[in-house]
Amino acid sequence: MMVLPAPAFSEAGMAVCILFILLVPLAGVGLALINTGLGRSRSAAHSMLASLCVIAVAALVYFACGFAWQGYLGRPAHVVILAGKGWNWLAAEPLFLRGLKLDGSPASLALWLEMLSVGLAALIPLGSGADRWRLPASCASTALLAGITYPLFAHWIWGGGWLAQLGVNYGLGRGFVDAGGGSSIQAVGGLTALAIAWILGPRLGKYSPEGIPAAIPGHNAVLVLLGCALTLVGWLGLNSAGAILFTGVAPSGTVLAAVNTTLAAAVAALAAAMITQIRFGKPDASLVANGWVGGLVASSAACASVTPATAVFMGLVAGVLVIFAVELFEVRLAVDDPSGAISVHAVAGIWGVLALGLFARFPGAAGQWLAQLIGVATLLGFVLPLTYGLNWLLNRFYPQRASMEGERLGMDVSELGATAYPEFVIHTEEFIPR
Amino acid sequence: MKLAGFLLLLAGWAIVIFAVALLASAGQRLGFVLAGIGVETLGLVLAFRSHLVAAEDRG
Repeated sequence: MMVLPAPAFSEAGMAVCILFILLVPLAGVGLALINTGLGRSRSAAHSMLASLCVIAVAALVYFACGFAWQGYLGRPAHVVILAGKGWNWLAAEPLFLRGLKLDGSPASLALWLEMLSVGLAALIPLGSGADRWRLPASCASTALLAGITYPLFAHWIWGGGWLAQLGVNYGLGRGFVDAGGGSSIQAVGGLTALAIAWILGPRLGKYSPEGIPAAIPGHNAVLVLLGCALTLVGWLGLNSAGAILFTGVAPSGTVLAAVNTTLAAAVAALAAAMITQIRFGKPDASLVANGWVGGLVASSAACASVTPATAVFMGLVAGVLVIFAVELFEVRLAVDDPSGAISVHAVAGIWGVLALGLFARFPGAAGQWLAQLIGVATLLGFVLPLTYGLNWLLNRFYPQRASMEGERLGMDVSELGATAYPEFVIHTEEFIPR
Repeated sequence: MKLAGFLLLLAGWAIVIFAVALLASAGQRLGFVLAGIGVETLGLVLAFRSHLVAAEDRG
């Protein structure tokens, strides 16, 4: 039975990979700032604390059981035989990393990157549940994401699982390819964000009795835009490290990944700025920020597999898609997603995965688009029901939404007992004529 | 109705999986994969529709 081998690289390659992984936490900082800035001021401290807590929970749960179920290329796994072919569906590692030497091997570096990536995925639903998602419930939901949903899907693509084997087993290109986590991090996080938004329902006052949405603008555009700048640095590390560890790209090949990542974000942000300028008369800061991150997300899967010109096109489409998807979810589908997480991470992530199938240029790419399509079908047909079901069950036993009174007061006061901006009031004496 | 939507999503995915595993001809495989995705699309529409109906009831 064919087992996909782990990539081999030199000491220098290992050092480069470590440097890239060190950048990845900046993507998390950026997402946390974006989520906080796009929420209300009375929930700002809660949002930042929740970001820290979910990253912590994700790392611990991933250490306890996540990696045991995700595994890595060439390592032990459970395989079922279906019509004569081996389908690798779950890793068979011991719990608590007992079977893994942390010695700079590709598997150990992949573990480190994944431990950070699962935190990134967990930050995404925080954006859609902003201003109404209780802190303990968000931690419990993160445990489900880091312990079940994420490792399962990530094993299928990065652990040598059945999606990665589509090429070897069925001649579909190289099997499902995703260098930087456009599917496993972004789309899984984005679909979980959709499940959370469905379960929590809209914020108080978001929709009128006739279903007309009210604009609830984010409270701090500076935080949002600073977050965007930090996400670029984090994404450069994420996509480059992922390209080395999960698609076998040589360290020199990460230049292409970094260039494509930057171009996709740049074009997506400009496309979003132009569209909002045309539609509203002025560029909208929060939507441009969404476009920027949407471009980064769209670049993730194909960053090391397409030309820079294709990355520009992918970014352009992502920027346009995100703007219209935000409006579709908010206005037509009555999904209250304060940070646009579903559009930015699920929609743009899926676009990036499909774009790889359409535009990737490498030897033996015939059938690649069908492998990518099967991956998308798995995200929608398996991951979405799974993550919704798990969170629905959690909500039955442990309600996830804050009380009406708590939401009215703001999550800072109701859950933390103090606000993020204690002096954030108008001091009347400053306006007394002297 | 949302449950029916999710069941359709799972059914669509099952069609895709079995098309890959059991069908040898590329054309048949492609046809059934697309059919599975079609069923998933119906499931998504149903899930969103049920959310809209629930929102209207709340309003």
